[in-house]
Amino acid sequence: MFFLNHIWVIPLLPIASAAVMFFFGRRLSKQAVNAFCVGTIVLAFAWSCLAVYQYSSYAAAHDNAPFEKVLFTWAGSDGVMLPTHSGHPAPFKAEAGFLLDPLSAIWLLFVTGVGMLIHIYSTGYMAHEGGYYRFFGYLNLFMFSMLTLILGNNYAMLFVGWEGVGLCSYLLIGFYFQRHSASTAANKAFIVNRIGDASFLMGMFTIFWYFGTYRFTDITSVARSGQIAIGDPWMIAITLLLFGGACGKSAQLPLYVWLPDAMEGPTPVSALIHAATMVTAGVYMVARSNALFVLAPPSMKVVAIVGALTAIFAASIGLVQNDIKRVLAYSTVSQLGYMFLALGVGAFAAGVFHVFTHAFFKALLFLGAGSVIHAMGGEQDMRNMGALAKKIPTTFKTMFIATLAIAGIPGLAGFFSKDEILWQTWSRNDGAFRALWVIGFITAVMTSFYMFRLIYLTFFSQSRMSHEAEHHVHESPKSMTVPLMVLAFCSVFAGYLGLPPSLGGTNRFEKFLHPVFAAEAHQSAEAVPAKEEEHAPPIEYGLMLLSIGAGFGGWWLASRAYGKAGKGYVEPIDAAAQAVYTTLLNKYYVGEGYDYLFTGRKKLGPIRLGAIGLGEASWKFDANVIDGTVNGAGWITRLSAAFSNWWDKWVIDGVLVNGPAILAKMVSYPVRLFEWGLVQWYALVMVVGLVGFVWYAIR
Amino acid sequence: MAAITTLHYLVVAAALFVIGTVGVLTRRNVVIILMSIELILNAVNLNLVAFSRLWNLQGQVFSIFVIADAAAEAAVGLGILITFFRNKETVNVDEVDLLKW
Repeated sequence: MFFLNHIWVIPLLPIASAAVMFFFGRRLSKQAVNAFCVGTIVLAFAWSCLAVYQYSSYAAAHDNAPFEKVLFTWAGSDGVMLPTHSGHPAPFKAEAGFLLDPLSAIWLLFVTGVGMLIHIYSTGYMAHEGGYYRFFGYLNLFMFSMLTLILGNNYAMLFVGWEGVGLCSYLLIGFYFQRHSASTAANKAFIVNRIGDASFLMGMFTIFWYFGTYRFTDITSVARSGQIAIGDPWMIAITLLLFGGACGKSAQLPLYVWLPDAMEGPTPVSALIHAATMVTAGVYMVARSNALFVLAPPSMKVVAIVGALTAIFAASIGLVQNDIKRVLAYSTVSQLGYMFLALGVGAFAAGVFHVFTHAFFKALLFLGAGSVIHAMGGEQDMRNMGALAKKIPTTFKTMFIATLAIAGIPGLAGFFSKDEILWQTWSRNDGAFRALWVIGFITAVMTSFYMFRLIYLTFFSQSRMSHEAEHHVHESPKSMTVPLMVLAFCSVFAGYLGLPPSLGGTNRFEKFLHPVFAAEAHQSAEAVPAKEEEHAPPIEYGLMLLSIGAGFGGWWLASRAYGKAGKGYVEPIDAAAQAVYTTLLNKYYVGEGYDYLFTGRKKLGPIRLGAIGLGEASWKFDANVIDGTVNGAGWITRLSAAFSNWWDKWVIDGVLVNGPAILAKMVSYPVRLFEWGLVQWYALVMVVGLVGFVWYAIR
Repeated sequence: MAAITTLHYLVVAAALFVIGTVGVLTRRNVVIILMSIELILNAVNLNLVAFSRLWNLQGQVFSIFVIADAAAEAAVGLGILITFFRNKETVNVDEVDLLKW
């Protein structure tokens, strides 16, 4: 039980290596960077495998209980009790605790596994790039955050990882920070994610207020105890807020806009963070909170509808994009929509299964695209590619396998997981969900179409490369092709873990996850009626055939349209309906719409809305109202000062002070004429007076 | 030759007094004015002495005091005069009219 007991070592390994990169990376050679960064991830993967292996025996001995280990409390209210919904105050505690159960085990394995392969791939892909150590430092920091996210045993730990992966995403999208588009894309990703994170935080706070704890196990046991009524408004609020967070991180409508732009980062980053692992964090969080979601059927409906709409929305945009990575980006958004559709219909295991298979084939597609870009010397536009199959055979073969997998060609991973989702959606046996099934089905056709469009335009058709580029094309080094081959192997065979009973399997994947979702399946059966068993297999086979038809149909359409595409080929959608094509090419003008409504970069008539509009309005308010008040106060002061001045000068000084003086002066004037200073005159007056007086007295 | 009576004294004293008074009022030179004041005082002294003939010696004693007083007054007056001359370079009273308003 050593590895299981020391499960905290797994996230510690990459952060240690990231710290080394941070402090000494600049001075290390590439070999040393590889040894540290790739080495720790290999070690983490091995540790994860052993820990999961030990967990299986632990689970067998403990009645499938999750394994929990709390190391210490890193933030707490120190015994101060906070009020909660139940009326029993609870102390706030955020523990550095780790949880391993089947759900986190699956994430743990594919995050470390795919992460390891992508690290190895990056040693080849990034070999000629500057900032080698920086890149690997960021990647390791990302691995740490992602592992914290999935191994945390409470929402606070999950949030630490959640923000950590957001930060790493930002850092890696902006890896080529000299490029303006990269730095703005990084900002966009960060800011859009903040919106979701704000919602997630509010959800978390509400959870604490309701349950008085952040621990998953405690919350789940309360939620499953039956004390909380299904449809409890608090549960609906909590789940909707949490889903808002998931919308940001997992790029769902309406917050998906950052993900396509995130392709500005290096391709391995797109593969690891923006396809395989980080963007599935939202799915993980919703699946982790499944006990709450089943108590809120309206939230489940919202999740399903948003998922389905995102799926078809993004897929339709993907139909016409020309940048090879953008196609894959929209494909990722679309596939994430599928996952949320599955979660929303209560088929948590199916959603997680799709996450699992998607991680392999989408990582493979991105790495393959990276290999193509590498071969083309940085070219990403598919219009300038073509006929690469013979020149880079390994890349072609592996990518083709991934395409078969994502398109839902039977026998490969994607078919099983996607079919499971569609089947589960259909079997909700509800008109609204049938409509979602139709959306999912159309999306499947689109998926197949745009993926084979990518394959045809890149590897088949006629070469549209410039002469120079054609000369330059070369197969990627072993360090890149070997991970491709491993991922291709997984893309083929991962699906067999979840082989449904109808095809002779036992759906081991769902059985493995049973302890996490079991109670939900039971409860949601009451909330949302109907379940697999109630349906006759023929329908399932029929739907399966339809899925197969969708996969091959898309392939057939793409091969007809792009099989022989030469220079200046015509897009069939453009030819059929130009308005539709333009709309799709411009991504439904959502970016422009957001510019009008939310960022305010564009003016809506004379009015500017959004952040800039708010800024301008605030500025105007400040300049006119606040400053006006300030200036007004100033003016009033000046006015009153002027009046005071006048009053003081004329009334106080003039009338009251100088007035008596002037009066005295005026009155004194005739008197003082007598006093003109000549002493002899005074004497004369005196004598005359005396004489007069004497004369008067004698008479 | 008729005997010298009190009236004669009084007439001489009155004449002296008038000469002194006119001197004070009309002369410009301070020295002369001071001298005129002496004349006035001496006119008074003459009156005192004249009346003392009729009664007792008190009048004569009083006139001694007046002479002493006149000496002191002349000393003070000349002192003022010297200071005054140092400041104004004149001893004419009509040029001295600061003592007003």
